[in-house]
Amino acid sequence: MSIVLPYPLLTVALTVMWMSLNSFSFGHLVLGLAIAWVASAAMAALRPEKPRIRRPLALIRLLASVIFRDIVLSNIAVARIILGVPRHARRPGFMTIPLEMTSQTGLALLAVLLTGTPGTSWLEYNSNEGTLLIHVLDLDDEEALRDLIKNRYERTLMEVFE
Amino acid sequence: MTDATPDLPLWTSLMVSFFLLVGAGLTLTGSIGFLRFKTFYERLHAPTLGTSWGTGGIVMASMIYFTVTQQRPVFHEILVGIFVTVTTPVTLMLLARAALHRDRSEGHPEVPGSSSLTETPETFIDQKKS
Repeated sequence: MSIVLPYPLLTVALTVMWMSLNSFSFGHLVLGLAIAWVASAAMAALRPEKPRIRRPLALIRLLASVIFRDIVLSNIAVARIILGVPRHARRPGFMTIPLEMTSQTGLALLAVLLTGTPGTSWLEYNSNEGTLLIHVLDLDDEEALRDLIKNRYERTLMEVFE
Repeated sequence: MTDATPDLPLWTSLMVSFFLLVGAGLTLTGSIGFLRFKTFYERLHAPTLGTSWGTGGIVMASMIYFTVTQQRPVFHEILVGIFVTVTTPVTLMLLARAALHRDRSEGHPEVPGSSSLTETPETFIDQKKS
């Protein structure tokens, strides 16, 4: 399994991508599988850390709640700030968050979540000390944000990937 | 594309317009923010409106429109959304780190110092000086 098909999830994802770009027919399934197989063999040559998704349901739940709730709310919040309807004086600033997570996949996904959420941007991760430096557009509720990143994002990602 | 427009049911037109306007509006707002914010780090936040639900809204509108007009599920637009979301952090992180490097070597007091050994040697020396 590991030699013939080093990254089964990647192969499946690439095949689905190929078929959705072309058409869902038997011919494209075969062609897509062939291309995906070559691509994942090429990926194996790069030897990335192989992620093990322990709890796929928890991951999907986290992603769905971030996309349909957190990102929507922060889009509205940032749009309000830009269009000049602040309810209070805005205080932008830096924030350092200690992270216990060491999984590269988990960290990559956390970067995507934080960057995808307007209002927080990932600046720098220090792998020696396990600290993350982020910039926040409005440091109104610092504790709530810290709690969200530590207890929801990081905890779930650690459950899934570590 | 134009030949199918008259047959579009009302609810589809409404949904497509809604998502299209939300997406375009958010992207425009992000661009305005890009112009209005004063510091580099604040400016990092503005374009993420366009890369999150700005793109998301337009992608949703496109999926609904083509699913209805072509009478089959069309969802390959979602790939656009995925790729935009996944690649944005790479660019933003590069820009952010370049800005941090610049500000630290210039000794800006409001920028938190780096305590890491993974930094390039000159940053490390710069920091000791300041």
